[in-house]
Amino acid sequence: MNHFSFPILSTLIFFPLLCAILLMFIRGEEGKNDELMRRIALVASVVEFLISLPLLKYFNDSVAGMQFVEFVPWVKSLSLNYFVGLDGISLWLVMLTTFFVPLCILCSWTYIKQKTKYFLIAMLFLETAMIGALVSLDMVVFYVFWEVMLIPMFLLIGVWGGERRIYSAVKFFLYTAAGSIFMLVAIIYLYYLSYKTNGVGSFNLLELYKLHIPIGPQLWLCAAFTVAFAIKVPLFPLHTWLPDAHVEAPTAGSVILAAILLKMGTYGFLRFSMPLFPYASHQFMPVIAFLAIAGIIYGALVAWAQPDMKKLVAYSSVSHLGYVMIGLFALNIEGIEGGIYQMLNHGVDTGALFLLVGMIYERRHTRLMDDFGGLAKVMPIFAIFLMIATLGSVAVPGTNSFVGEILILVGAFRTYPVVGVFAVSGMVFGVVYMLWMYQKVMFGPITVEANRTLPDLNRREIATMLPIAVLVFVMGIFPGMFLHKMDSSVKAFISQYQQNFSMYEAEASGNPVAVRLQGCKIAVDSHATSHGGVYSSGR
Amino acid sequence: MKFDLVWLIPIFPLVGVLINGLLGRRIVEKNKSLVHWIACGAVGLSFLVTLLLFVKLLGLPAEERLYDFTWFSWISSGVFHVSVGYLIDPLSMFMCMFVTGVGFLIHVYSIGYMGHDESYSRFFTYLNLFMFSMITLVLADNFLLMFLGWEGVGLCSYLLISFWFTDLANAVAGKKAFVTNRVGDFFFAIGLLVMLTHLGAHGMWSLKFTDVFSHAQLLPPHLVTIVCLLFFLGCTAKSAQIPLYIWLPDAMAGPTPVSALIHAATMVTAGVYFVSRCNVLFTMSPFAMQVVAVVGALTAFFAATIALTQNDIKKVLAYSTVSQLGYMFLGLGVGAYAAGLFHVLTHSFFKALLFLCSGCVIHAMSGEQDMRNMGGLRKKMPVTFITMLIGTFAIAGIPGFSGFFSKDEILWQAYSSPQGSHLLWFIGVLAAVMTAFYMFRLIFMTFFNECRASEEVQHHIHEAPKSMTIPLMVLSVLSIFGGYLGVPEALGGANRVERFLEPVFGLGKDKLLQAAGGNPLIHRVVAETAEHPSFAPEYKLMVFTTCIVLAGIFASYMLYMRKRSVPETIAANNPSFYRLLLNKWYVDELYEKVFINPLRAFSIFLWKGIDVIVIDGLVNSTAAFFMECGEVCKVSESGYVQRYAVSFLVGVFVLIAYFVYVR
Repeated sequence: MNHFSFPILSTLIFFPLLCAILLMFIRGEEGKNDELMRRIALVASVVEFLISLPLLKYFNDSVAGMQFVEFVPWVKSLSLNYFVGLDGISLWLVMLTTFFVPLCILCSWTYIKQKTKYFLIAMLFLETAMIGALVSLDMVVFYVFWEVMLIPMFLLIGVWGGERRIYSAVKFFLYTAAGSIFMLVAIIYLYYLSYKTNGVGSFNLLELYKLHIPIGPQLWLCAAFTVAFAIKVPLFPLHTWLPDAHVEAPTAGSVILAAILLKMGTYGFLRFSMPLFPYASHQFMPVIAFLAIAGIIYGALVAWAQPDMKKLVAYSSVSHLGYVMIGLFALNIEGIEGGIYQMLNHGVDTGALFLLVGMIYERRHTRLMDDFGGLAKVMPIFAIFLMIATLGSVAVPGTNSFVGEILILVGAFRTYPVVGVFAVSGMVFGVVYMLWMYQKVMFGPITVEANRTLPDLNRREIATMLPIAVLVFVMGIFPGMFLHKMDSSVKAFISQYQQNFSMYEAEASGNPVAVRLQGCKIAVDSHATSHGGVYSSGR
Repeated sequence: MKFDLVWLIPIFPLVGVLINGLLGRRIVEKNKSLVHWIACGAVGLSFLVTLLLFVKLLGLPAEERLYDFTWFSWISSGVFHVSVGYLIDPLSMFMCMFVTGVGFLIHVYSIGYMGHDESYSRFFTYLNLFMFSMITLVLADNFLLMFLGWEGVGLCSYLLISFWFTDLANAVAGKKAFVTNRVGDFFFAIGLLVMLTHLGAHGMWSLKFTDVFSHAQLLPPHLVTIVCLLFFLGCTAKSAQIPLYIWLPDAMAGPTPVSALIHAATMVTAGVYFVSRCNVLFTMSPFAMQVVAVVGALTAFFAATIALTQNDIKKVLAYSTVSQLGYMFLGLGVGAYAAGLFHVLTHSFFKALLFLCSGCVIHAMSGEQDMRNMGGLRKKMPVTFITMLIGTFAIAGIPGFSGFFSKDEILWQAYSSPQGSHLLWFIGVLAAVMTAFYMFRLIFMTFFNECRASEEVQHHIHEAPKSMTIPLMVLSVLSIFGGYLGVPEALGGANRVERFLEPVFGLGKDKLLQAAGGNPLIHRVVAETAEHPSFAPEYKLMVFTTCIVLAGIFASYMLYMRKRSVPETIAANNPSFYRLLLNKWYVDELYEKVFINPLRAFSIFLWKGIDVIVIDGLVNSTAAFFMECGEVCKVSESGYVQRYAVSFLVGVFVLIAYFVYVR
């Protein structure tokens, strides 16, 4: 049990917001106080990271349910509550968020030259939204954070982006928002359904887990959630907003987008659509597995064809996220833990790649691979970091992604071996495009005169990259530290999923007795879990 | 020394990597020699620890020579648990001995060879990283940790081939090596996962070698065959066999010590090691064994034909390596694991020697690698000449030199073992003749006759420094006497290598498994070694092979010493065949046309055709559709009062008409 009385999650959510508000009061005309504001924002984000560290210390890894729970009634008449909590599934994603925001502020130090104040406010605001979305356990609260995330990101792309920033920003916003509309409808329907069943409507996720959803509506609800999340992941063929958004976004925006925002989609599957709609999720499994496989291969091949480094990395995300989806839908411990781990890995590796691409973009104002070549000679430190990020990205054993991929593959081979075989092919394609990029940019003679005098990474940039580089190997060699904390939650997730699924399956095959029996059992069980895991752990 | 200290062996080079990798630049600025002291010292210490453990292992009775040391848990999730652990048994120690030993010698050699390179510390960092990976590969006690080493050596190979990356050709060669190896790893990984999940279905979720092999009988036979073939495909990439050998000749772009260490002595034998390690599985699948033998024999033959016509001194050695690796697989495929590994050992001595000698030659010739521009080096580089000649005798299989014993053992087994056949033997003999021929061609072209280099290059020709020649001498001694470890019984020897490895391959296997807590396995045992009817056929083959090898040498002498116009005449008379060999049977071109170019074209089509036009086109046209809708509806909101008045009027008329006519 966790006796943590300090409202740490709320602090995590609102501290960046507070700092953002503070920044608003500093005069920022003509870049007067830019340096000061950068420092404030950096300190704020570092403090935020420090605040998140006690989560690791006080997180009880033997508890499957929610921890650090905060429950404040909000709108009584709608039984709308401010309800947040953390379990083994969201813990590391929150950590990843707090880890990356300082790095993003660091990497924008000289990159962002205009409207610095507003840039920093947007970053901090974004952090609030991201953490909020990751810890909220009330559907409406979640939805609010989920949508709020779009606004700062929209601004990041639209204000500080490249040439086609407006097009990309609007596309990003509309595409994701369009998907979310379906989710909103589904949330309202869920509320209605709970009202019909229990007499009291509820947006409480943990209550809704227990809700019996008839199979017909379940399929539709699941489809609605799936669309919203699949766009965010992005699952092939809903991915075309991603390359545009990535290419136009400033470095920090790309990093956040790749490292955290995409994970919201996969996290959504895990937190919402799979446990709420086990039967429907199972029905969708073949489709999703197929699309994920298609994404793995397609994303890799298209990445290989890209002349622009950032676009290459963007398409590689499509490929990597396909892996994550396969892991999650394998629905066994290895697959899901591998999937969650791979979310972190993808954040670390792809985040690093975007940071590095941003660094040479800042120097040369181009990202076309043909404009480079032979950089390893003039930028040896950069070469080392890019090599580490590349190795992580192609999952060389000893780096973080290898652990994720092998677990996903083991999980996939247990559930759907044929899918697994196709997924392994990503291993080959990944090397093809990543080494292709490395060779074109780093190796060979220096062909462009401007590249001859490029300065190597400075201290600030090294400070940005070093934590990530270390993390790549730490996560690859000692994954136990990370996986261990997920264990209980993932195990509980699976057993609950399977229980609910078999109940629905019996119902679908028209065996009412079994249904009723199963139903009783589940009611009892979930009662027990709610006691042990949820409420008593709170205040 | 306790067996529990086995982790020291891989850790020393890793520490070297960390020191030279992180601080190398600063160390070079202060004191350059510290870099190689750290690097060589690390490997030297590894060798020392290996030696101590080896001696300790020898002190144990044969059936107790198995020790499993688990260090820490690596990946653990659900049913899947893998630890970092090391296995000490005759096979792993055998490999580790020569890996660290030869590795150490090549590290020392590199001090001289790379002395003037500006990336001195980077080179030694990579070299140490390679040693770490290779040691992990051979010592690992489970498939996944072995895979870490397996990929690690591939990575180092990539980094070292493209070491001089400012030349794009080197970078491309490195990439080719990595990608080809990844293709192999793709099959390897599938094999691994299939095996794991099938064993897991029986409750055996383990990737430990001892666990897997002692439960191998749980796998249905057809599955064993599939798994073995997948594993073997992985090995064809790593050990440069047909069809994935194409990267190795290009890999010669790397510095010569690298070619010697990675692409001759150690890394490329990883496949041989792995098949030997999985001998339990392979023995269970006669078909897979057959495939291994045939692929090995064909590769031995095929690569030898290419080597006949190459003019680049390192390319000749590269194809010779491919060919010799083919021999090793031929040995494994006919069930003679010990003979195959014996050849790994002797080959690592003489091929490392040959490469290092060629390195001295290239060094002396100011970087020239084309043998047509060499010649007459015998007098100017006596040490290199004599040591290289020893290496050549060894690889050609002149009686008394190490290669003779190991090669002969393989050929004999190919001829006589139940899985062998006369055809396999014959292909092996043909390859042996060609080996003798092209190796002496190399010697004659490089060291004899007049020097064909330019005046300036000739002026610089010198014998290599001590740090380079001493490893040559040590290796040449090993190239001669290394063979006496495994003199066959037919020649009055004790075949020590085979005896030593027997616990892993032979009768001792079951006992080892029992000792490890597994079930004894019923598998075919090489029984004929116990009772040898007569040595007469073995003698006959031996004499025959030796004669025919000598004939090959004689032919080479005639063509490249006496009548030096003849090779050109032959080439001129058979232009198409000569071109076919010179261009390596056009396999690279074939792969490019069949796999790489279509895939590249396809991916560009996917991007420009499917992604931009179809998928994104759909997205944008959805947006455009709603935009159009808006445009259409916009007309009704024009803001002109007149228009609103007109629409009122129309409405009024419609209503009137409705009430008048319809109602």
